[in-house]
Amino acid sequence: MSFETCKDVWVFIECFQGEPKSVGLELLGQGRKLADGLKQQLCAVVIGKDVDAAVKAAAAYGAEKVYVVKGDEYENYSADAYGHAFLKLCEKYDPNTILVGATVNGRDLGSKLAVSLHTGLTADCTALSVEEESGNVVWERPAFGGNLYAQILCSETRPQMGTCRPGAFKKGQPNPDNKPEIIEEAIPTPAEQIRTKVVEFIKAAEDQGMRLDEADVIVSGGRAMKNAENFAVLQELADVLGGTVGCSRAAVDAGWMPQSRQVGQTGSTVSPKIYFACGISGAVQHVAGMSESGTIVAINKDDTAPIFEVADYCIVGDLFEVVPALVKELKARQQA
Amino acid sequence: MNIVVCIKQVPDTTEIKIDPVKNTLIRQGVPSIMNPFDKNALETALQLKDAYGGKVVAIAMGPQQAKAVLREAISMGADEGYLVTDRAFGGSDTYATSYILSQAIEKLGPFDVILGGKQAIDGDTGQTAPSIAEHLGATRLTYVLDMKVEGDKVIARRQVEEGIEVIETKFPVLCTATKESNKPRYATVSRKLYSLRCDIPELTIADFPNIDTTKIGLKGSPTKVKATFTPKRTATGVNIEGNSPAEIAGSLIDKLAEAKVL
Repeated sequence: MSFETCKDVWVFIECFQGEPKSVGLELLGQGRKLADGLKQQLCAVVIGKDVDAAVKAAAAYGAEKVYVVKGDEYENYSADAYGHAFLKLCEKYDPNTILVGATVNGRDLGSKLAVSLHTGLTADCTALSVEEESGNVVWERPAFGGNLYAQILCSETRPQMGTCRPGAFKKGQPNPDNKPEIIEEAIPTPAEQIRTKVVEFIKAAEDQGMRLDEADVIVSGGRAMKNAENFAVLQELADVLGGTVGCSRAAVDAGWMPQSRQVGQTGSTVSPKIYFACGISGAVQHVAGMSESGTIVAINKDDTAPIFEVADYCIVGDLFEVVPALVKELKARQQA
Repeated sequence: MNIVVCIKQVPDTTEIKIDPVKNTLIRQGVPSIMNPFDKNALETALQLKDAYGGKVVAIAMGPQQAKAVLREAISMGADEGYLVTDRAFGGSDTYATSYILSQAIEKLGPFDVILGGKQAIDGDTGQTAPSIAEHLGATRLTYVLDMKVEGDKVIARRQVEEGIEVIETKFPVLCTATKESNKPRYATVSRKLYSLRCDIPELTIADFPNIDTTKIGLKGSPTKVKATFTPKRTATGVNIEGNSPAEIAGSLIDKLAEAKVL
């Protein structure tokens, strides 16, 4: 791929059973910013069996072009089929920049594309910008468990690629009137080329409520929760506010909460409207996963806890007293 | 069954501290450990060997001190350990690292199964293992919980966000393991003693006469670090105080309502 001819910012719209995942739409917002900086177009890439919902969403969230590859072989993700289709698109249209969600499959696909295209891929970016003079994207990401941040450039090869975690960025405002150019490419992948086959899918049992990356309110607990049962206290507050419960790594390591509820560097990245950190000390690993929240409320007995350095509202106190009091007061006001 | 496990030595990121004056990472005195997810990958390898027989080879890339994680792998049950080490490999990003490791795997192989952790806790990219698969042209399955063999088929359960995929594939296959995959075993005393005196052969650039030197080390890495910094924290929060939990609660809700958050 050449520097001179490559153009446009591509965002992969990953789907699950025909529904676009939020992360692709979040990345369209970031892609817009990069495309403006590079003075190029923002394009979405949709691969799947049923693509209508994803194409519609990509349009609403601002894509100027949508590249579509449709086929039965794309019903489930496989590196072989998706990689093949995506690489064919790259060969034909020569993108400048590619953004992919850092999901299980997105990380896999990103690696496959980057190696095949002999280019750089920066993982789990938390901030993106364009260096105007060079046209390089500045990929900013945490490392060493969030203790250090690095700015990465891919200055000698194109396309330049990065992944971003779900929830790291907010979605923009959808515009149902946006009418992008839809470019459907027939790219079949022969069955014998697809070396993995999904023979069964076991849907995850719905654990406590809604997904972390989709919740507006998250009430998280840490080491101070003392046991699994005590999380019921947080659940009550989450219920009153229409939110869900999260936790720090300490609570997962202690076996009180499933890993799917973990917020932080090795868990989910979240940016809800309100984040309650209850009895969480605020290790960098945790903060790296929640510092982009709209409003952060920290409740901790220890007034030197680092969580207070990132909190908007700080309560030095016992969560087992403060949280029930909050529930009571909120209920009283809701009834009033 | 021939199995190779890629292991990385990492600083224990939970022990890293920031120098408050220089605002830099203090790495001195931080213990080096086997990347925890690689330990799960090793356990997967050992379970496969327990079930189907064969050999488990551990490889690590890094300086001499990385031999420590290979000795640990051998103490847990790996049959052999190889250190991939050369100045020319230094500064490699995930593209270059995965290329070098793929060369080592080709040299030591052939292998039926290639294993690694889903990500390393220092870089946290999760890219190296799937990239190795791509360099080798191998089938890859990331986030694998467990796997078994049925005839010439491999059946693996793969953890994705929405649930578990049961996947059918064939050897050779590269898989990455997660924390949920298993609980790594402890070393036995006799293996531990053996691991301390066994030979850990080194593979240097001289062992790879056909390696493409434009794809290795800092120069062969398409991504470059422009700058690093430590996250700044400036306490700007508002303290919510009161004489009772109820008063504190009321005050917070007022503030949230004022800010139109509630």
